[in-house]
Amino acid sequence: MKLLYTVISTGRRASSVEVLIKARGLTKTFGNLTAVDHIDFQVFKAECCGFLGPNGAGKTTTVKMIHCVLPLTAGELTVAGMSVSERQREIKNMVRVAPQEDNLDPDFTVIKNLLVYARYFDIPKTEALKRAEELFKFFQLTEKREVIIDQLSTGMKRRLILARALVNEPQILLLDEPTTGLDPQSRHLVWDEIRSLRKRGVTIILTTHYMDEAATLCDRTLIMDNGKIIEEGSPAELIKKHIGEEVLEIEYDEKAMKTLQEKFPEARLEVASDKIHVFTRQPHGVFENFLENFPTKGATIRTANLEDVFLKLTGRGLRE
Amino acid sequence: MKLSNRFASNLKLPKLTYRLWKVWRRDFDVFMKTYKVNFFPPLLEPIFYLVALGFGLGGLIPQIQGIPYMQFIATGLVAISMMYGSFFECTYGSFVRMYYQKTFDAIIATPVSVEEVIAGELIWGATRSLINSAIVLAIVAAFGLISSPFSLFVPLFAFLIGLMFSALAMCFTAIAPNIDFFNYPGFLFITPMFLLCGTFFPLSLLPQAVQTFALVFLPLTHAVILSRGLILGSIEVPMLFSFLWIIGVTIVFFILSINMMKKRLIK
Repeated sequence: MKLLYTVISTGRRASSVEVLIKARGLTKTFGNLTAVDHIDFQVFKAECCGFLGPNGAGKTTTVKMIHCVLPLTAGELTVAGMSVSERQREIKNMVRVAPQEDNLDPDFTVIKNLLVYARYFDIPKTEALKRAEELFKFFQLTEKREVIIDQLSTGMKRRLILARALVNEPQILLLDEPTTGLDPQSRHLVWDEIRSLRKRGVTIILTTHYMDEAATLCDRTLIMDNGKIIEEGSPAELIKKHIGEEVLEIEYDEKAMKTLQEKFPEARLEVASDKIHVFTRQPHGVFENFLENFPTKGATIRTANLEDVFLKLTGRGLRE
Repeated sequence: MKLSNRFASNLKLPKLTYRLWKVWRRDFDVFMKTYKVNFFPPLLEPIFYLVALGFGLGGLIPQIQGIPYMQFIATGLVAISMMYGSFFECTYGSFVRMYYQKTFDAIIATPVSVEEVIAGELIWGATRSLINSAIVLAIVAAFGLISSPFSLFVPLFAFLIGLMFSALAMCFTAIAPNIDFFNYPGFLFITPMFLLCGTFFPLSLLPQAVQTFALVFLPLTHAVILSRGLILGSIEVPMLFSFLWIIGVTIVFFILSINMMKKRLIK
């Protein structure tokens, strides 16, 4: 399933490689802190591009520069060929944002939030009303139509923020941690909407801490750490490049460690949460063979995933 | 050198489009949603003052400058309502929208620019001054204290005077580290003006130095001179000076406050 998805997305990308967003030497400093440090990247038209990274990596700062609310310290950044330093109004008209923080208007009801927001974009009221009803239906907010923002749950607020960004169809959608704090049901709802937007040709930039989210939604991911982009590629490419196919997890004891070191001299062994994680480039099936010969209690073989890549590249140390 | 550069950058002319009215409209919509609450305080407050000071203190003071004491303070109360309406809107009101509600952040992610957000807020503050002064004027009229049809121009001047106080307020908002900070301009700027600007007794009773200070530096002095002249129908030359003083201060602080807020919001 995942493999098929990758093939399709790669194929799609090959047919449309128009660069929509381009950054060169992009830098942002706040006093002594360098939040974004000379990064280069491109986002292609109609792709879903994920920015991954630990807290403080510079993802949100980058997103804010793309939609022209943070001026650049140095470098170049263009959206559809327009410089973010010069043609802000045009860019802001193309881009919709679902920010990380809740900035819904608490003075208004759910419906009024959408209508007032639409007004900032010069969207006629009748059109906004019609669109609002569709969005409420999709995001299951219809019953909350006349409710004041304070009375919404976190999940509802997140959904409304997303609905607000879609009050008319944008060309570029910036989603800054769109599913943080959502229950699994809402998360899948949001994922469905993101997939459907991507199919309709909307270019999406997504920042997230959830690697499964990035793996299932993104055509391409950029991994950031300390203000720099340290790796980029499709989730499948990155997993293949950095981790391999499978990962073996075994409960930690010294004897097991020794055996593993002997049997997999080329492998990377990592001890975390009382478990030994074995990463090897050897093909599929190698761990199965090993476990047949050395039956071990509590051993599991699992498919390598993007989280393995992320932790390998950015380390397990806490940030901030 | 550096300081003068910083000052000059604060006087850059903002680029504004019709979009600032969308910000105004947002604030207006919120106001109308709770209009009953919003209309009551400006309606009741002048009644308390007129009753307490007008009947109470007024009983001891037969006349001031040829008019009943109650009428004298009524004209001052109209000017005070302009100051309160706009100053508090653009300090506490704007700060809450900026800092707690993140409303400005939400708006500047749309085609509305940060300059337009602040300009919209200032014009909304001016509108609050207009609304409040109209309410107080109606109360004053109900007490039978209006002696000239020129009074009808008061809301118009209230808009201008409100714009001035909004712009002054917005400068404080631009440097406020937290909401308690507004106690300083409240106690050190607004309260002295409330008492010293010819509101409850003629300016001419104060020591000469204080009089000069009030005329040169305190905006409410000029708001009182204009309101009193219009309500009493005694249009005199000093009113022109006050009018020009207000125009000048409004222009400077309108531009200054937008630039200062821009620096605060866009880092």
